[in-house]
Amino acid sequence: MNVVTEIDRERMLSLLREGKREDGRGFDDVRPIQVKQNLISKAEGSAEVWLGESRVIAGVKIQVGRPFHDTPDEGVVITSAELLPMASPTFELGPPGEEAIELARVVDRGIRHSDAIDRSSLCIKAGEHVYMILVDLYVLADYGNLIDTASLAAVAALMDTKLPKVEIDETGEATITEDTIPLQMGPPPLTITFAKIGEHLIVDPSLKEGEVMDARLSIAFDGDDTISSMQKYGTSPFTHQEVTDMVERGSKIVKKMRKQLPSR
Amino acid sequence: MKPLSEKTSEEKTPLIDSKGLRTDGRKLDELRPIKLEVGNLSRPDGSAYIEHGRNKILAAVWGPRELHPRHLAISDRALLRVTYRMATFSVSDRKRPAPSRREHEISMVVRQALEPMLFTELYPRAAIDVFITVLEADGGSRCASTTVASLALADAGIPMRGLVAGVAAGKIDGKIAVDMNDIEDKIGEADLPVVMSSERGEITLLQMDGKLTPKELAQALRMAEDGIHQIHEMQKKVLYEKYAKIREEVGEVSQDTYDDILDDDLVEDVATDAPVEEEKPKKSETKRKRTTKAKKTDDDESEKEKSKPAKPRKRAKPKEEETS
Repeated sequence: MNVVTEIDRERMLSLLREGKREDGRGFDDVRPIQVKQNLISKAEGSAEVWLGESRVIAGVKIQVGRPFHDTPDEGVVITSAELLPMASPTFELGPPGEEAIELARVVDRGIRHSDAIDRSSLCIKAGEHVYMILVDLYVLADYGNLIDTASLAAVAALMDTKLPKVEIDETGEATITEDTIPLQMGPPPLTITFAKIGEHLIVDPSLKEGEVMDARLSIAFDGDDTISSMQKYGTSPFTHQEVTDMVERGSKIVKKMRKQLPSR
Repeated sequence: MKPLSEKTSEEKTPLIDSKGLRTDGRKLDELRPIKLEVGNLSRPDGSAYIEHGRNKILAAVWGPRELHPRHLAISDRALLRVTYRMATFSVSDRKRPAPSRREHEISMVVRQALEPMLFTELYPRAAIDVFITVLEADGGSRCASTTVASLALADAGIPMRGLVAGVAAGKIDGKIAVDMNDIEDKIGEADLPVVMSSERGEITLLQMDGKLTPKELAQALRMAEDGIHQIHEMQKKVLYEKYAKIREEVGEVSQDTYDDILDDDLVEDVATDAPVEEEKPKKSETKRKRTTKAKKTDDDESEKEKSKPAKPRKRAKPKEEETS
């Protein structure tokens, strides 16, 4: 840890001890959310999301492909993420690094293990043709908490997705037609991230808070308040009590966030 | 599996209808709608966004900044690096995430289209990084990318000889047309992407594929030149608007301080659209600075500069008539 971060951390801690944050938010306050959908006409679904100033664009492409051997009657949903060098001076070109891969996998798990998308509904012909839903996330501006921003973008893009109808001819070849139906989706999973700085747990860490934090925990909640995935990051430990505390607070915050999502 | 948008029937549909209009209702010499924004991203040193037809492209500039890895440093000027990348969802068939040969080549030609406009010799050993992300692609994305990257460089405050803008001309159904869209680009007879500095009359990117007679080429180039001139005016307008806005904001705090910082005449020159007068003082200023830093390049630079003002003057005349 460098000197500047150490000074920032001290300043942050003294604020937190007074119950304050650098941008005036309360510990459980999420930054303002802005969602724009259907902006890329060549994508089957798209959305741009701002969480405070953090900004992620998500695009969904639909392909028809072979199912995995162990799930012959289920479609495939794959999420990947790229941290564009324009999003932060520390992001560099090249194959996705640790940070981008973690981001993609956490968002992917949040969606994959929720009940939002019934993957058996994505089956066209068992064992042969299924829909493959490819969600690609591009981080345009990093002002902290990319996991929650990217999750929201992925969910908003999926909610905007039109599934093209597929025809299968006598030879068994699948052709994508121009007719579409909206992708069937239940209440989407929403991810909320807590940062631990000292003994304080704050929600939706800003860029500065993310730099000085000791650990973070991201929790994805399904529509019915069940947890669909979690991810701890950082070398500092959490106590059992802290985890329970975050789940309890997170579930309340997510309920509020849900109201800010566009309805279908 | 057949892709979504390309039906075989489309290949037989004419690109020009009986009224002489193109598939999107344009005339042969008409540009697609263009929307420009400056400072769209807040983290980079400079940024811009363009919608050109259905192209949606973001450009960001970092720098001049420290160059990594250091062995790439050039001792007498900055290294300009340009990266053109397409989002996976920017095209009908999902693009693979890894950079393609096409993206590498476009990065190179766009870099070479931008570099002649920069005073890179002011920043020896530094890096100027330009990142271009195509969010949605239509025909002519390399030209639109150069247009938007040039704006982003200006937004980053990097000293420039001028702006560049690009548009493709080409041949569809036997006729020369400007600003090819996706279908025209794919099934037309020729495609001629051009990037140039409208004020300086310099072409900095030129590619072609298809078939054109020398006469057609001359006509296509002329059309592209006219199109570029129109885009150049839009570039100047959007840059001016951004700084007029900043001026208003700063003016509220203290008009006096602001007047000291910024010379009034310079802003008005841009507003009244007099590129020749505006260019000159800028150039001589930067040149003076440069002489102390890079003596070597000074000689050939001054030669270039002698030969240049003649051309813009020719182009500037009709411009003023149009606007007045």
